[in-house]
Amino acid sequence: MSADASPAITPEAIEAERDYLLRYATLQLRNPAQAEDAVQETLLAALEGLERFSGRSTLRTWLTGILKHKIIDHLRRSGRERPLGSDDDERAETEIVDALFAGDGHWRGVPADWGSPAKSLENSRFWKAFELCLQRLPVRTARVFTMREVMEMSTDDICQELEISTTNCWVMLHRARLTLRECLEMTWFDGQPS
Amino acid sequence: MIPNCKETSQLLSQAQDRPLGFIERLRMRLHLAICDRCRRVSKQFDFLRAAVRRYRDGE
Repeated sequence: MSADASPAITPEAIEAERDYLLRYATLQLRNPAQAEDAVQETLLAALEGLERFSGRSTLRTWLTGILKHKIIDHLRRSGRERPLGSDDDERAETEIVDALFAGDGHWRGVPADWGSPAKSLENSRFWKAFELCLQRLPVRTARVFTMREVMEMSTDDICQELEISTTNCWVMLHRARLTLRECLEMTWFDGQPS
Repeated sequence: MIPNCKETSQLLSQAQDRPLGFIERLRMRLHLAICDRCRRVSKQFDFLRAAVRRYRDGE
């Protein structure tokens, strides 16, 4: 593709994606300083590699692709410095799920009917509750969950990156969804008109 | 054999991460047919996925 077939990408257009990239990186890294670094590295790499932007994807998709690599680099680096959790943490996290079910595998508490939850998406107070519930997820559980749901990685790629088994990956994702569900039910959907 | 709620919620979760096998899908559906609690959770798992993406992309 010739260079002038691509839409003109200006440094301003790249800068305009900063907020999006920062939210994305913060969701995954849960550390504002690290997220800021990853975004900074992404914007620099983008400005230096502008000619590699083909215009076949949107600018945001292209930048997100770069950011994903930067995030993985940060996860690897911090993983070397501070390995994720111990067996004790793992046991504590397992108990979260066990507590939700009776011995015969039935729900201990009855999951509530959330009515039309899509309406909540338009409510800024819902997003505050949502953010708090995400932050409350145990660190390891949150990492796997956001790799799957924010970065949209396959479970195979996640397992490989974190050096965990596929089964363990599914267990952690299940735990994350149940924990998040439980938290939203307690902090938001309880008593909301549906 | 029809799975219990705990196992069904595992299948519901895994259905978001991999294609379930024929038997798994069948067992899950048999349970959902008789359990309104798990039907709620099924919808809620879908909602969670949509909500995370909406949050990521800006409300």
